[in-house]
Amino acid sequence: MTSEDGPAGTDPVAADLRAAGARVRGGTPGDAIAGRVPRYVAAPADGAAAGALLAAAARHGLASVPRGNGTKADWGAPPLRCDLVVDTTDLTGIDHAAGDLVAAVGAGTPVADLAAVLAAAGQRLSADPVVAGSTVGGLVATGLSGPRRTLHGPLRDLTIGMTTVRADGTPASSGGRVVKNVAGYDLAKLHTGALGTLGLITSVTFRLHPLPAAVRAVSATAAAPATARAWRHAVAASTTAPTGVELDWPADGPLTLRVLLEGAEDGIEARAAEVAALLPGAATTAAPPPGWAALPGAPGATLLKAAVPPDAAADAAAGVRAAAAAAGTAADVRGSAAAGVLFAALPAGADGAAAAGAVDGARTAVAALGGSLTVPHAAPPLREHGVDLWGEVPGLALMRAIKDRFDPGRLLAPGRFAGGI
Amino acid sequence: MPDQLHALIPRLREICGDDGVVTDPMGRRTYASDGIPYHAADPGVVVLPTSTAQVAAVLRLCADNGVPFVPRGAGTGLSAGALPRTDGVLVVTSRMRRILEIDTANERAVVEPGVANLDITRAAAPHGYYYAPDPSSQQVCTVGGNIAENSGGAHCLKYGFTVHHVTGLVVVTPSGDTVRLGGKAAEAPGYDLIGAFVGSEGTLGIATEITVRLTRAPQKVSTVLAAFATMDAGGAAVSAIIGAGVLPAAVEMMDALSIEAAEAAVACGYPPGAGAVLIVELDGPTADVDAQFAEVTRMCREAGAFEVRTATDAAERARIWKGRKSAFAAVGRISPAYIVQDGVVPRTALPRVLRRIAELSAESGIRVANVFHAGDGNLHPLVLFDDTEPGAEERAAEVSGRILDLCIEAGGSITGEHGVGIDKACHMPAMFSADDLAAMDLFRRAFDPLGIANPEKLLPTPRLCGERPRVAKGAHPLVAEGRAELF
Ligand SMILES: Cc1cc2nc3c(=O)[nH]c(=O)nc-3n(C[C@H](O)[C@H](O)[C@H](O)COP(=O)(O)OP(=O)(O)OC[C@H]3O[C@@H](n4cnc5c(N)ncnc54)[C@H](O)[C@@H]3O)c2cc1C
Repeated sequence: MTSEDGPAGTDPVAADLRAAGARVRGGTPGDAIAGRVPRYVAAPADGAAAGALLAAAARHGLASVPRGNGTKADWGAPPLRCDLVVDTTDLTGIDHAAGDLVAAVGAGTPVADLAAVLAAAGQRLSADPVVAGSTVGGLVATGLSGPRRTLHGPLRDLTIGMTTVRADGTPASSGGRVVKNVAGYDLAKLHTGALGTLGLITSVTFRLHPLPAAVRAVSATAAAPATARAWRHAVAASTTAPTGVELDWPADGPLTLRVLLEGAEDGIEARAAEVAALLPGAATTAAPPPGWAALPGAPGATLLKAAVPPDAAADAAAGVRAAAAAAGTAADVRGSAAAGVLFAALPAGADGAAAAGAVDGARTAVAALGGSLTVPHAAPPLREHGVDLWGEVPGLALMRAIKDRFDPGRLLAPGRFAGGI
Repeated sequence: MPDQLHALIPRLREICGDDGVVTDPMGRRTYASDGIPYHAADPGVVVLPTSTAQVAAVLRLCADNGVPFVPRGAGTGLSAGALPRTDGVLVVTSRMRRILEIDTANERAVVEPGVANLDITRAAAPHGYYYAPDPSSQQVCTVGGNIAENSGGAHCLKYGFTVHHVTGLVVVTPSGDTVRLGGKAAEAPGYDLIGAFVGSEGTLGIATEITVRLTRAPQKVSTVLAAFATMDAGGAAVSAIIGAGVLPAAVEMMDALSIEAAEAAVACGYPPGAGAVLIVELDGPTADVDAQFAEVTRMCREAGAFEVRTATDAAERARIWKGRKSAFAAVGRISPAYIVQDGVVPRTALPRVLRRIAELSAESGIRVANVFHAGDGNLHPLVLFDDTEPGAEERAAEVSGRILDLCIEAGGSITGEHGVGIDKACHMPAMFSADDLAAMDLFRRAFDPLGIANPEKLLPTPRLCGERPRVAKGAHPLVAEGRAELF
């Protein structure tokens, strides 16, 4: 379909959106965001066009929801309104300053494209591709991090600059192109994981790391969560400096703890041996298995995120699984044991009431461990049944105040975020 | 003292106790400035709360009466962020100094805001852990001040800044509400308010309890000192090291003038005739460190180092660091007056910017000593002048300002670790557009709708930005007392 096709072709609102510098077409059921079919889908050509587009949308009172490749389009709560899907896939471009180990990247750039360009220069963005097929903007707006956060920090720590467009079309940048920089508020922190409710991310600047010379994965199967807990602690208390410590516990399989080591070729065997000695029965491989660090479960599954004090990671995994089983469903659990941030997947087709029961039970178990549980994605049966995706959110009044200042007309993905933000 | 403030004093005494409120002029004057003595103002009243509840009651009183407040930790800040308001309340955290918990199982410490940075490491060290952000003022500066400034240190090249090490905060907002954000878990639901609060320079409220990450002490630490004939050669070594994929814990560089000053002050015994000295510290698993160590020494020699020294124990390491750590104070001693600048450039722009600084210095006749965090392009030029010479101060201020312009032109930042405060508020428009600053102001107003939290800091105001930046004289008192090293 070309930009002039469909009902949007002669529509004056569409003409206005198009005048902003965007490809515009009418929305189709395939564009629905959590069941809401937009009237328009518009792809701005660049950052300036994105500003003009949102300004035009605001003039017409259209509520907008940003979308990259759409791999997580139905995450969060269903937006209360969705008149316009802002398709970011034309906001591409990679400005890679290899000597400075930074890259400024258009939000619509596929993460895989970025990785390929960086790898050609022997570098990488040290964020795990938790969902395959994501754009950079989608990665940042959902803000999830995998096990590599152990050494390099979560995604937000790798972000050193960001440009966004507010609901009224005003662009705003914060941070910059240097890693060390304390000038002004770091607004990128707010946009990371905000599901587009505070602004449309148009460009992100990352700090990069060199690709490691040597890699090993040391994995062992724990008979009980208490064993995994002791292992996690032993690895953390060792001085082997792992890049990641992953806990992987599929619903129908054993609990595996997997330690990723990266570094100089010379020392890697010795480090791997040191870690293996901490995990009885461990096997060492030249690379982690394919799909490691990805979110658990099949695409479309309901996704839970538990964040607990790190020592409680294995107990949290056990608690979430037990809650799922007690509710009549089953959870695959995977995530960073070292950081204490785990994901659990419930089958997309799971009965709504069972899934809701699993969420409640898991939330209680995780809260008892001093953590919190959210539901980044609810599959349709759970969504229709009804579920509190966020649980208790400390600081919600401040979050509302920020939303009110940034988007007083509630035009950006209204209702998608915590507390109805 | 304004009448309105005067009327609050009995209430403040009820909240903080008689010994927690300072009203006498001499007592107040001791808080007139922070680490930058040329910004000074006597606070209207000073309070020394001992608990979150007291801080909350004070801020609520301020909010109810529209009275401004300024948080203060140890007062070592170098951007006048803790400059008091004559019409306001200065809230000092010096009586909130308890380490509440060292939890090695979860790699966390929970502390009150007035705890000195180094005291966390002291408490964690027996367990094999430390608190990674290491500003050189760490013996004195508070964790609350570190939160406010997002402070870094020589080792933040590898380990990151304060923001990367905070998982929980209790914050009293400018309305007097107490919010508990995060905790020992690495993430909390909703917007990342902790990430946005760190670095907010006391403009969003007061942090009254802080949970930080503890880092496991490394297996091995090795330090290399390399001497080069020129800064360009030293810079080439830095580029080679980083380009080869080595991530050292620290990469520090000094130029001839600062080496000379350090030699005169502490007889650090650096190789004679060096035009540049580079210090590279590596830490991590032994095998990794050893491999990188060989690579780093080789690259230094290839870049033209005429002498390379190495240290593998604490005593040798201290000898290498001695000159570097004393450099600022030492340079301060060879000049009657100086300005400390803090700017950042992309690492690849370092040689070009350093050459431009040298040209600026030659053109203006104002000497500039360069001591800096080379690994992350964070320059700390010291602009030297004689304040008895007519016009010298103005020329020095001009050179200092031009250096910031060079940083911005090179795609860098006006501050890498000292913050904006009042000192650099007027430079913000050179780095950010009016729209960018407006977005920052919207964020600030969400926390502080009344505009009473550390007003006139961080963002430019018309009243403020008519004034010119000023200069320091002599060594900083902390440095003079030997309690802190400026570096
Ligand atoms: C000799 C010397 C060396 C230094 N070296 C370094 C260095 O290597 N790296 C570096 O980054 N900095 C360095 N600094 C700067 C300074 O030490 C840091 O900025 C430090 O974090 C300030 O801490 P403080 O307790 O002294 O804060 P203060 O100076 O008292 O206050 C600084 C800011 O924090 C706010 N604030 C204080 N406490 C709180 C709180 N609890 N909640 C909210 N806001 C609060 C204040 O309002 C103010 O805006 C150095 C300073 C000196 C004098």
